[in-house]
Amino acid sequence: MPDSLKLPYSRILDPQGRLLDGLPAWADDPALLARLYRQMVLTRLFDQKAVALQRTGRIGTYAPTLGQEAIGVAVGALMQAEDVLVPYYRDTAVQLMRGVRMEEILLYWGGDERGSAFADPAVAQDFPLCVPIATQALHACGVASAFKIRGEHRVAVTTCGDGATSKGDFLEALNVAGAWQLPVVFVVNNNQWAISVPRRLQCGAPTLAQKALGAGFPGEQVDGNDVLAVYARMQLALERARHGKGPVLLECLSYRLGDHTTADDATRYRSAEEVKQAWQEEPIKRLQAFMVAQGLWNEGREQALIAECQALVQQAVEAFEGAGQQPPEAALAYVYAQWPAALAEQREMLLERAARRQGGDGHGQ
Amino acid sequence: MASDKVSLLEAVNLALHRAMYEDDNVVLLGEDIGVNGGVFRATAGLREAFGIKRVIDTPLAETMIAGLAVGMAAQGLKPVMEIQFMGFIYAAMEHLVSHASRLRNRTRGRLGCAMVLRSPMGAGIRAPEHHSESTEALFAHIPGLRVVIPSSPARAYGLLLAAIDDPDPVIFLEPTRLYRMNPQELHDDGKRLPLDCCFTLREGSDLTLISWGASIHECLQATAQLAERGVSVELIDVASIKPLDLDTLEASVRKTGRCVIVHEAPKSCGVGAEIAASLYERVLLDLQAPIQRVTAPDIPPPLYRLEGLYIPGVEDIVAACDAVLNYA
Repeated sequence: MPDSLKLPYSRILDPQGRLLDGLPAWADDPALLARLYRQMVLTRLFDQKAVALQRTGRIGTYAPTLGQEAIGVAVGALMQAEDVLVPYYRDTAVQLMRGVRMEEILLYWGGDERGSAFADPAVAQDFPLCVPIATQALHACGVASAFKIRGEHRVAVTTCGDGATSKGDFLEALNVAGAWQLPVVFVVNNNQWAISVPRRLQCGAPTLAQKALGAGFPGEQVDGNDVLAVYARMQLALERARHGKGPVLLECLSYRLGDHTTADDATRYRSAEEVKQAWQEEPIKRLQAFMVAQGLWNEGREQALIAECQALVQQAVEAFEGAGQQPPEAALAYVYAQWPAALAEQREMLLERAARRQGGDGHGQ
Repeated sequence: MASDKVSLLEAVNLALHRAMYEDDNVVLLGEDIGVNGGVFRATAGLREAFGIKRVIDTPLAETMIAGLAVGMAAQGLKPVMEIQFMGFIYAAMEHLVSHASRLRNRTRGRLGCAMVLRSPMGAGIRAPEHHSESTEALFAHIPGLRVVIPSSPARAYGLLLAAIDDPDPVIFLEPTRLYRMNPQELHDDGKRLPLDCCFTLREGSDLTLISWGASIHECLQATAQLAERGVSVELIDVASIKPLDLDTLEASVRKTGRCVIVHEAPKSCGVGAEIAASLYERVLLDLQAPIQRVTAPDIPPPLYRLEGLYIPGVEDIVAACDAVLNYA
């Protein structure tokens, strides 16, 4: 890993799941390891189902999270309920961990406004997925500013991809987070590809983490395919931010094993060999190998887990497919707190249009 | 409550003082608004009164200011941000269009975005390049936003308080040309004025003159000149550019049968076009003459020696009114 500024780079398990040094005391916890493993498996099975649903026309474009499960699972596992997540658009792993429901994620990508409702009170203050690149980093700083103004010991966590670090919003966010020592953690999911543009063309600096140094706070790299390493560094970052010691940038090195979205074809711009190599380092096999070697996991438990997760995914698909149609009012119900009387005519226009389509789905019938 | 003559600028300052006094969630953020009290002094004294946690000097980055405001608002604060001049507002655009205006919609009401963006607008103060914009139409086009432009100290005070109360984002544009012009008596009584409403400044029967912001100043003079010639003009200050109170405009034009719209912004796709089109949809057969618009031409605000040609003058407004009145 090129690292001319000698930033920390953390890894606990090698790609074969072998410990590089001793096991940290906190990781000597079979229940925790099983929880992290289960959530990564659940995320992957759900993700695969979402892609399959897109391929069969049952949801719209979807951004797969394949290969990045460790980052979101570790981040989500460590955040307190009262913290606020300000995610980017490839964040199924962390959203599920926070409490967003699988059927809500399917509704959202399936073009249904109800997928943005988030029924679980644990995620009531979390932001929705953010499609415009890097803008969410500034929202997280605003959330963190509110925590700081009110003297609350809460942390805003924001995620983004490697491409987002090229945007002004990201740099302006780092700048203000450093200037005001905000309780915010920036998690950069460096999956090596911003659609078709590789990391090396994104930025001339050897690491993305070092951008934090220019803003006056620490940045570091971590193996994003090693859930234990992400967990260890995220825990410290959250603690630091929560206790008024300011922001941290974690650059998690990972790989986007899937296409950018279901509308993309990554074979156009990267080699099969590179992807094959990346599969050797993927996060789930790695933790599994470690747990098997520790005598904590076996084929029987694996089969039981997969069956359990598949049943949960199937339930979510059934809930999604049984949701029925949303009313036409869903398109305007939340544009303003109260639809302005001055725009009453336009509400009528929408409802008349819906009636003309016999209460259809808005695509004409 | 004592009342003194105050300028539009002082009215803004009074409203901010009152809003911050009434609600601890109101915070101000912007460039040079704290120690310096704002480049126009709109926020003078607020830092001393409410402290640095609530009157926040930000780094010099407009995108950041707007992005922070979205995050703060989602947490239940009521950020009132100042963008120093309208010419610098474009860096904030993505946060206003893609986030502030639709955060409520994108979370099914879970997160609101009660915020106010204050910015000086308009030409006429011999300012440098990029300090004289009137691009209210850009914001009026965005669903989920409100756009409010006061034209007097009383309306600045009452509308700004209402904007800060509003649960949705409001773009509040303050005509710099009016900042220190014609101080009025104002009671600092906390009384709000309604948003989404026009204000009929003069009732009349011969012609409806529609305007907002700084151009109201010239429209008042034109109304007086025409009155001397026995022409009865109904002058309406639109005040809320988005959403538009079309019912009030329609009723007036139905009554007078003649309409002139005046705005300082360039003509093409200006808010005047929206008003004219809506009136034609509603009152075409009541019109005695085509609606006329008096606006800036489609040019950038020129450097200040020529800005007098850019801003619609009293004589331009009177000429348009005469053309409408004399239409065969």
